[in-house]
Amino acid sequence: MLKVKDLNAWYGKSHILRGVHFEVGEGEIVSLLGRNGVGRSTTVKTIMGEVEPSGSILFKGQQIAGKKSYEIAKLGIGCVPENRDIFPSLTVRQNLLLGMKSSKGSARWSMEEMFRMFPNLGERADVPGGVLSGGEQQMLCMCRTLMGDPELIMIDEPTEGLAPKVVEQVGELLQEIASRGVAILLVEQKLTIALRISHRLYVMGHGQIVYEGTPDSLLQADDVRREWLEV
Amino acid sequence: MFEVMIFATLNGLVTGLLLFMLASGLTLIFSMMGVLNFAHASFYMLGAYFAYSISLYLGFWPALIVAPVLVGVLGGLIERYGLRRVHKSGHVAELIFTFGLAFLIEEAVQFFWGRATKDYRSPDILDFPLFTLFGQNFPAYKAFMIFISIAIFIALYFVLTRTRIGIIIQAAITHPHTVANLGHNVPLIFMAVFGVGTGLAGLAGVIAGPVLTTFPGMAMVLGSIVFVIVVIGGLGSLAGALVASLLIGLLQSYAIASDLGMPDLLNWLGVSFERDHPLNDIWRLTLPQIAPILPYLLLVLVLIFRPSGLFGKRES
Repeated sequence: MLKVKDLNAWYGKSHILRGVHFEVGEGEIVSLLGRNGVGRSTTVKTIMGEVEPSGSILFKGQQIAGKKSYEIAKLGIGCVPENRDIFPSLTVRQNLLLGMKSSKGSARWSMEEMFRMFPNLGERADVPGGVLSGGEQQMLCMCRTLMGDPELIMIDEPTEGLAPKVVEQVGELLQEIASRGVAILLVEQKLTIALRISHRLYVMGHGQIVYEGTPDSLLQADDVRREWLEV
Repeated sequence: MFEVMIFATLNGLVTGLLLFMLASGLTLIFSMMGVLNFAHASFYMLGAYFAYSISLYLGFWPALIVAPVLVGVLGGLIERYGLRRVHKSGHVAELIFTFGLAFLIEEAVQFFWGRATKDYRSPDILDFPLFTLFGQNFPAYKAFMIFISIAIFIALYFVLTRTRIGIIIQAAITHPHTVANLGHNVPLIFMAVFGVGTGLAGLAGVIAGPVLTTFPGMAMVLGSIVFVIVVIGGLGSLAGALVASLLIGLLQSYAIASDLGMPDLLNWLGVSFERDHPLNDIWRLTLPQIAPILPYLLLVLVLIFRPSGLFGKRES
């Protein structure tokens, strides 16, 4: 579904991504792991068209490198940013409404379904998004992206700053999303849920992919975890 | 005194709501692009001139619809092919661009329509006194101006707060990247808002032209007041723009209608002064005389005591 080949990106003269390559298949959960500053978030931003890329980004066989963010989103890639970026003055319902790409809504997800999956959001549907807890905001942000009916969703550090119980909920939601045929690129610093829910994973270091494998193989690769992941 | 206050209030409402039509577009554009559009009042002037020319052939009512649409389309094209390109060079370049545009429009107006005041009149159907109170007439056309302004305010409020496109606009103002990532064409939204904002300024020109006279300096006369309103209301705040517009409209109207002045204040304080005193001119100032500078005095006070404006959230 998503094939990234020899992806390079720069911030000014700083060479951030240096020939990144990876793939995400249909309905697959793939994790992109690595310490802070290795280029994980830049990879997401580059795929979403926020950073100018050099290299190839194929989505469903179509070259999307160089396209604008809204065109990429319309093709079927959803993005849940690291800072969540909900609209604090808009209500929960309005935030969800914004995720829809047309007033007809999504074929796979409906607002009622979101409220059934997350009763907290349903109960606070007419409350401004800014007053929700961190966990609720994370759920709202993911639901908002789902309302656009993406075929691939990229989620940047969804468990950051959340209580262990909420982290579990996030993991369950991601599995539920994947079970409906949506591919997931999970970008994480910690191994918390990545090892449990991922089908495959990649580890990044110095703007490159330094390891590629499965959760089981990574668990056995002590040297990789020590060198590229553990603090 | 009572009848003076009633008519001053009505006239203040007319002026205030007219100013709001200009200020609402300006503040929406500022919220989105982070730049003050110095040419905004020029679109108001274009609205009046377009309507004047159209009304010569088709009459006032078609002009009321066509002129704001033409101004809005022109505004949208200027955003798309001018401002958007300049945007890449930063805010200073944008400011200079809008400054230049204001001069360009003024020169173009003089080139095409000349320097003389145009005989742009209100329609005959509205040329009658709506009511007479205490022997004074209130023109039906002014009531029409109030009606149009309130209708625009309600429509704008409804679109921005109750429709999907309004919610997208609100979100794009503060989080353009996130809105783009959700699949919405943000540059198109910006162009549309610029077009609607300038179209509203054009509409203000169409309805104000017959009352405030249509001449090449009309943009300058109202332009500076509109900036005062946007700053007093709070940069980027629509509610602030409405309150500040009404405040300025009523303040000026009451000041003009009042017969109070410094001599009354000094008498009340029990202070007397000599006629040949060097400050005699200041002692004799009356409120109608200082009415034109009251908005600027208010601006200075707001900037000193509440720099972000009455409803503003930004410190810029």
